[in-house]
Amino acid sequence: MRPSFYRDSVTLMRLSRDLEQMAGVTAAAAMMATPQNRALLAQAGLLSREGEAAGNADLVVAVIADCVESADAAREAIERMLSPRVSPAAAGVAAPRTLDGALRVLSDANLALISVPGLYAGAEAARALGAGLHVMLFSDNVPLETEVELKRMARERNLLMMGPDCGTAIVDGVGLGFANAVPRGRIGLAAASGTGLQEVTSLIAREGEGVSQALGVGGRDLSEAVGGSMMLRALELLASDAATDVVCVIGKPPAPAVAHRLADALKRVGKPCVVHFPRGALPRDGHLHVAATLEDAARAAVAVARGRRPAPVEFTLPAGEIERLIDSAARGPGGAQRFVRGVYAGGTLAQEAAALLDAELADVSPSLTGDGAAHRITDLGADQFTLGRPHPMIDGHVRRDWILREGRDAATAVVLLDVVLGTATAPDPAGEVLPAIRAIRQLRHVAVVASVCGTDADTPSRAAQVASLRAAGALVMDSNAQASRLAAAIARRAGAAAR
Amino acid sequence: MLPGGGPRVVNVGLELFATELARRAVPVTHVDWRPPAGGDARLVALLERLDGRRDVIERANAEALARLTDGLPMLVDCRPAREALELADRTVLHAGPPIAWSRMCEPMRAAVLCAVRYEGWAANDDAAAALVTADRVRLAPCHHYRAVGPMTGMITPSMPVFVVENHAFGTRAHATINEGLGKVLRFGANDPSVIARLNWMATEAGPLLGAGLRAGGGIDLRALMAQALRMSDEMHQRNVAASSLLTRALMPGVAKVGGRHHAVARLAEFIAGNDQFFLNIAMAAGKALADPAGGVADATLVTAMARNGTDFGIRVSALGDRWLTAPVNTPDGLYFPGFGPTDANPDMGDSAIVETIGLGGFAMAASPAVARFVGAGGMAAALALTGEMREIVAGEHPHFRIPTLDERGSPVGIDVRRVVETGVTPLINTGIAGRKAGVGQVGAGVVRAPLGCFTAALEALAG
Repeated sequence: MRPSFYRDSVTLMRLSRDLEQMAGVTAAAAMMATPQNRALLAQAGLLSREGEAAGNADLVVAVIADCVESADAAREAIERMLSPRVSPAAAGVAAPRTLDGALRVLSDANLALISVPGLYAGAEAARALGAGLHVMLFSDNVPLETEVELKRMARERNLLMMGPDCGTAIVDGVGLGFANAVPRGRIGLAAASGTGLQEVTSLIAREGEGVSQALGVGGRDLSEAVGGSMMLRALELLASDAATDVVCVIGKPPAPAVAHRLADALKRVGKPCVVHFPRGALPRDGHLHVAATLEDAARAAVAVARGRRPAPVEFTLPAGEIERLIDSAARGPGGAQRFVRGVYAGGTLAQEAAALLDAELADVSPSLTGDGAAHRITDLGADQFTLGRPHPMIDGHVRRDWILREGRDAATAVVLLDVVLGTATAPDPAGEVLPAIRAIRQLRHVAVVASVCGTDADTPSRAAQVASLRAAGALVMDSNAQASRLAAAIARRAGAAAR
Repeated sequence: MLPGGGPRVVNVGLELFATELARRAVPVTHVDWRPPAGGDARLVALLERLDGRRDVIERANAEALARLTDGLPMLVDCRPAREALELADRTVLHAGPPIAWSRMCEPMRAAVLCAVRYEGWAANDDAAAALVTADRVRLAPCHHYRAVGPMTGMITPSMPVFVVENHAFGTRAHATINEGLGKVLRFGANDPSVIARLNWMATEAGPLLGAGLRAGGGIDLRALMAQALRMSDEMHQRNVAASSLLTRALMPGVAKVGGRHHAVARLAEFIAGNDQFFLNIAMAAGKALADPAGGVADATLVTAMARNGTDFGIRVSALGDRWLTAPVNTPDGLYFPGFGPTDANPDMGDSAIVETIGLGGFAMAASPAVARFVGAGGMAAALALTGEMREIVAGEHPHFRIPTLDERGSPVGIDVRRVVETGVTPLINTGIAGRKAGVGQVGAGVVRAPLGCFTAALEALAG
């Protein structure tokens, strides 16, 4: 136990992983000793008496090793990994410890990107707003009443309060959090969803258009309590932004009262608007182009920007080619293999997949937590999977295990995946899941269907990621929607064949 | 959309995001964030309560900071404490917050006894101790008498004290003449050589310095200290430049009034043999500068830090003359040959007033030689320490500028809120006294103010 010793969760998870990979170490965990984390440690049998007494700001590193020598080696490794790295260039220039301190270094800062634990996030965001900064609040687990208050403060000061739980934004051409490399252009976006925004901006770029602004508002903005506060503000900004010709809104199902307010606000934008709400929750209106999927939203925005009529797309490949893909993929699985099993990193992408499967198949699990005996989508970015672990977009190791698990299940016909590229994501997202794909493809005939969210300007490039997935035997589609439809079609064909 | 051509980002949290932005050449500053107040929910609640009136506090702190940094300290005189401090007979002033005889550390007690004997109130230590324990000698903090004293901080009525007048605010502050190294009262030495030197100061050096200063019309200490800072003195552990500059300013006046040339020679020789001669004057200047910053309603800035070898005390602007105390720490540093950490007395002296006005440990970047006392040392450590202190202060000093920081001002105006939030406590450069009476100085190093003073102050401010 190290009293009053803070490291961020990514650092600690990497430490845990490195310790677990040491010879003779059977279990290891490094965590800040919050009550939640202590409970996790206790469950894992990793909480000693010393750890029990530790508090929020104390670090606990617990290791179970098979002999004293291994334990000592782990202890040395911990010392080494936790000792400060001093690079010659950085020596003497200590990073500021507070937001106020940072503002003395970067006195003309205009935006705070906040990703501290939810317990502390509200206070940091309030300070940033108080100092006149726009805020992108990446943290989740921020109380709803805190969000309401922060957004009230932001509106009072004419500032943006993106989040909490805002993973993606592109402001003046700069991607913040998880964002893809897209050119600047004439389509402005406002979104209550992170990977939704990534999918739409990437598709817009791949269709040859660009993005003026992509503003996140946080997943709860359209709830009754928050009242769409930031979505309305974002729409005002996009309406007055000279670089924006077309406005595209990616939503979450809004509360009824909010839906009305939003519809009014969209009327006032005075520019063509494309909206996508999962399960079509917004009233259809003459001046709006309502898109059924993220892909359709992107295509509609591009079409409108070019003065064309939007047309939804089911598959970009010719029908004959799709038929061939379905046929060959469905021929492999044995009789008991009938179901689609999705393993996702992106929350909105997981929701979209579940909705599209639901439209095509019976018995799709309504939850995204891996429950249900038939078709199911698991969102590994959901809170219950990320508690004390890095998000699967930062570190894909947890996904590898889930893909193997679903692939080994006797009832799985199709494993459906998303691969999300962009800033701050893992250095090789496809590479992290390739061993699992190869393993299940060797095991037996399971179709693997994937989509890669990103552009060729991302590092690594989308083209390279697609190629490596295809080389491992995955069917890679142009969008999450198309991948979901293909997976559904394969499962239906396999199920029919079995009967 | 954002003013100034795109995002300029402060990143609070995952370092990954800052690294990504920096890689793409987006202006970004990463915050090395930790849970505020060490994750202590009670302290966080107090900080949030103060945050509720942040605007009022910021305005008050701006006022207090202006008072703290706008003063003009002039060294104008040297007179007996009896006159300058209106110090009553049978009074012994000591360093730090108030403390009873029974709680004093050994060097402090020895110094008190020596001071009593020096004044002739008792013939020997036993008689002196009897007077003190019978309350027939009054003990009081220097700070309560517009004075400051290094280490044990002894001031008695017949000792000469320098008079520093803050011309901007009309306040005065005082300190004794630095005794030099070796067996000295301030480190608790107690023998005839100590008393002989004190007698010389009272009868010859003090009057001569006073007359010289009055003849010379006073010395502008703000300018002198700003210049010494540029010559690598942080004016706590290193005063060689300031002492030299002072001598240059002082001696013409002294020579002019000094009829007996061997007296002038003795004084000149004494000053020349003491690299720390200026320390006491820096301290008096510190008090003269800091006192006007006291008593600003709602201001959360520290106006004094002082230690008595047992307790560390701070005063905070909005809390006036009240002391907020916690047990002192023991300094960390380098020792003279034959001594080690087990010989060190806990932290002692009013000299931390120098840090209170933005010098000493706060100005470490100006004094890389001193940074060697904190371990690896060197320029990098010095810059890092001044950078760390910047985190807990309200501003930068308009006059005390640091050449190695491209003329940025030294960090000044310790803010109780920032100390508690970050857990970064003021760094004080200090001499280390031997824990046994009579040993004197055993080393030099650094010490941190205890966090407890600041949490106590936060409670008082938020209550």
